[in-house]
Amino acid sequence: MNPAVRHFILTFFPHNVLELGADGAIIMASLAIVFVLTYFKKWKWLWREYLTTVDHKKIGIMYIIAAITMLFRGGSDAILMRSQLAFPNEHFLSANHYDEIFTTHGTVMILFMAMPFVIGLFNVAVPLQIGARDVAFPYLNAISFWLFFVAALLFNLSFVVGGSPNAGWTSYTPLAGAHFDPGPGENYYLIALQITGIGTIATGVNFLVTILKMRAPGMTLMRMPMFTWSVLITSILIIFAFPVLAVDLALLLIDRLFGAHFFTISAGGMPMQWVNLFWIWGHPEVYIVILPLFGVFSEVVATFSRKRLFGYGAMVVSLLAISILSFVVWVHHFFTMGAGVGVNDFFGVSTMLIAVPTGVKMFNWLFTMWRGRVEFAMPMLWALAFIPTFLIGGLSGVMLAVAPADYQYHNSYFLVAHFHYVLVGGTVFGCFAGMYYWWPKMFGVKLDERTGRWAFWTWIVSFNVCFLPMFVVGLMGMTRRMYTYPAGLGWMPYNFVETIGAYGMAIGFVLMVYNIVYSIRKGERDLTGDPWDGRTLEWSTTSPAPEYNFAVTPVVHDRDEWWYQKYVDKSKKEKPVIRPIHMPNNSGRPITLAAGFGLAGFGFVFAWYVPAILGLLIVLICLGARSFELNTDHYIPVDVIERTEAAAGRL
Amino acid sequence: MAYSMEADMEHDHHIDTSKPMEYSTEDGSLKIFGFWVFLGSDLVLFSCLFTMYILLFRNTAGSFTSQQLFDYPTFLSETFLLLTSSFTCGLATYSMRRGMKNATIAWLIVTVLLGLGFIGFEVSEFTKYVSMGATMHTSAFLSAFFTLVGTHGCHVSLGILWLTSIIIQVAMRGLNPVTTRKIFIAGLYWHFLDVAWIFIFTVVYFMGKVL
Amino acid sequence: MASNDTTKHGQHHQEAFPWKHIIGFLLSLVLTFGSLWFVLGSHLPSQAVISAIVILAVFQAMIQLFLFMHLTETFGPNYQQFLIFFAFFIAFTVVAGSIWIMAFKSYVA
Ligand code: HEM
Ligand SMILES: [Cu+2]
Repeated sequence: MNPAVRHFILTFFPHNVLELGADGAIIMASLAIVFVLTYFKKWKWLWREYLTTVDHKKIGIMYIIAAITMLFRGGSDAILMRSQLAFPNEHFLSANHYDEIFTTHGTVMILFMAMPFVIGLFNVAVPLQIGARDVAFPYLNAISFWLFFVAALLFNLSFVVGGSPNAGWTSYTPLAGAHFDPGPGENYYLIALQITGIGTIATGVNFLVTILKMRAPGMTLMRMPMFTWSVLITSILIIFAFPVLAVDLALLLIDRLFGAHFFTISAGGMPMQWVNLFWIWGHPEVYIVILPLFGVFSEVVATFSRKRLFGYGAMVVSLLAISILSFVVWVHHFFTMGAGVGVNDFFGVSTMLIAVPTGVKMFNWLFTMWRGRVEFAMPMLWALAFIPTFLIGGLSGVMLAVAPADYQYHNSYFLVAHFHYVLVGGTVFGCFAGMYYWWPKMFGVKLDERTGRWAFWTWIVSFNVCFLPMFVVGLMGMTRRMYTYPAGLGWMPYNFVETIGAYGMAIGFVLMVYNIVYSIRKGERDLTGDPWDGRTLEWSTTSPAPEYNFAVTPVVHDRDEWWYQKYVDKSKKEKPVIRPIHMPNNSGRPITLAAGFGLAGFGFVFAWYVPAILGLLIVLICLGARSFELNTDHYIPVDVIERTEAAAGRL
Repeated sequence: MAYSMEADMEHDHHIDTSKPMEYSTEDGSLKIFGFWVFLGSDLVLFSCLFTMYILLFRNTAGSFTSQQLFDYPTFLSETFLLLTSSFTCGLATYSMRRGMKNATIAWLIVTVLLGLGFIGFEVSEFTKYVSMGATMHTSAFLSAFFTLVGTHGCHVSLGILWLTSIIIQVAMRGLNPVTTRKIFIAGLYWHFLDVAWIFIFTVVYFMGKVL
Repeated sequence: MASNDTTKHGQHHQEAFPWKHIIGFLLSLVLTFGSLWFVLGSHLPSQAVISAIVILAVFQAMIQLFLFMHLTETFGPNYQQFLIFFAFFIAFTVVAGSIWIMAFKSYVA
């Protein structure tokens, strides 16, 4: 064969059975989706109701569906890794292949699973909790979503065209630099993260402005629901942490594409500065994916204990403390760089300090349950499972914060166990708690309790079976990112058990999908809008909420306003005067703009500047067109509102 | 259920004449605040580029140093052009607040022209360095220099496009809550670029001459 | 819409002559020349020159923020001022923290 042709084929098409199979599955699944949509004539519906929507509730739903898909994608990677490690000396994945898989696993789980799940929950709940009609910038919100979506597609495309990134989700230089890692894989990583990061900054701005400026009258800051508080703080973290990632990614891309010397070894570059900037973003990032879920737990625990949240003020103060502290601890991720005693001491101590506000929150949840009438509904189960799991994760974290000891733990399976206890036990369980809790608000139907419990118990047991042994095997010396290990070290039994646990979680995932499908068909409808006897405003409107959320803007008197209206406020309710409601128009531009970014990104991955510039032009044209646009919004007339409300039995 | 009709009216295209026009609608004041938040984010972005520059400043790989490259006339001209443009941009906002459409447009045009002058100097400065053989590839110092100063230059270029589009809109549609809000926000952006430049001429050019 | 309203809006808190802007502009010229003098004319040791010009830069940034950008102007709680100060705090942490941390080479060497 002509060598050029051969080179092209090897670069652009998969060349081993596993990749071929995966590509085949992706193509078949895409074709199936296209077929179903065409067959049921759903394209127009999809375009009108979802692809062009600016409604925060629908955007939230799309985020969560995408996140669950990505959980499947990252989970498949995990199963492959665990299968390889079940026995010593396995080689069914080559070293390079294993590298690609842990890289995409970590990146997908954090940036394309945890982030969109959390942001999906923001969208689903925050405007409803503060009595607003939408977020501050609905059009921008749609852009954020589509940027994330296109970035996720681009990142996953790497698997099919050109090869996946393989330098770990942290992508440390100089390994990830052009010299040691010439292929397009790293470019995919850098560009996809850049695109989704831009969308995330916009989300941070959006929710900060929404929460500070659009609360219903009477809702002072100290009357905000705890979830809203946690989103406010998370938005601040996003706004100030994500630009650091943006710069880091851009500089490495400039190194790789244009031959600059930021992170190279030659010509004076500083590879460790990549690591430094990465973690200046990275540590706030881990709080970005946990704080909102602390908010979820606060809501869930109060609701299902039938009690006011204990220690609201202390909760707020600890959130504020965490938001500042999380910006001054980043070096604990690279103590072993050897920055010296002063630096390591400072960052070790600041890290341990963070445990204090976190502990305060733990106690507040416990005291909220204390003497409450605790009801073990699905969301509460996930919240209860979180407490001991996160405790293990947090305590092992404090161990890692002892700098000299970390020289021992660093990059071992002990670390892998630690961060899965916080990320799965905190983030994923929290996302599930939030999903079960707000599912009726999203779809008007409750998720089934019985099948849900199967999924729950399978998850919880398997999770611990998978990750608890990792602490031990880590202390025995097994290092992270090892693609295979020799026999005779005594690691095998632990690894084998871990793999069983991993498969158990896969079963748990399947059961959860079954739980969802089953509930969609047979689940209990929620006709009241308040299935859990809730406390905050989102439960005062119908399930699912109408396009305009509230026919009239509520006035807030109490922290648990809906509870107050149901049980405390005895004053005679006046009949509301409904006025026309002002709403933003749908638009096809956000998705077009994101597609422009996608095209540009693809061009930059391969340094093909024609599509790159074309894509950027599309972006510029979309921005310009928006600037000149006059009709950006419309009114919902009173009779439409009255009809909607009457149909829901609300007038 | 307790509810608030005033709040419902706020969400309409309600105009509050007690405030300056750009703040007079809910949409306007939300966007202005949102833009401040974005500027906070952009400020952190620049701080990372400054960090890189400061850390890599001495890593010249035996090639050009700042002393050899920078010359006073060029960067002082750049500085005065940008400082003056920030002033004229402020005058545009001032005229806008007084309802003087033509003066607003005139000051915006002056601002754009000064901005173009700045970009002209910067492009010629960069071309000169490149023709001397001082490029991104030469050393870590130059990578950081071109990226920091170039990012600021890109911001200014985008600002020029943005101001131009606003000038057209004001000419077509006059001063109304939407166009005044745009002028105000673009003004914030432009002044912010001056803030960034103040630190560039201090940290990059002046320090480059001192050290 | 409201274009005939302009005059009513326009009068809001607005002096008849843009004093704030002119003073701000003159001050920033003075400060810039001040920096120039420190660099070219002062003959101080370089550490002192650097401290001086950085302080002057901070003052000049304040002029932009307070006199040109109306940082303190709001119609409601002044969140933006808090946010911008927080941004400066983070920016300072990034710059100073990185310089401190990346000085590690000297320990290894
Ligand atoms: C659900 C079951 C999961 C299993 C069985 C699993 C398993 C694994 C394994 C085996 C590794 C690789 C260790 C190595 O070779 O060094 C790994 C790495 C990692 N996992 Fe998971 N994981 C799961 C879920 C998650 C979730 C939910 C997240 C994040 C929210 C996550 C984040 C990460 C990260 C960041 C890494 C590091 C990747 C790297 O080294 O670059 N994982 N996981
Ligand atoms: Cu950390």
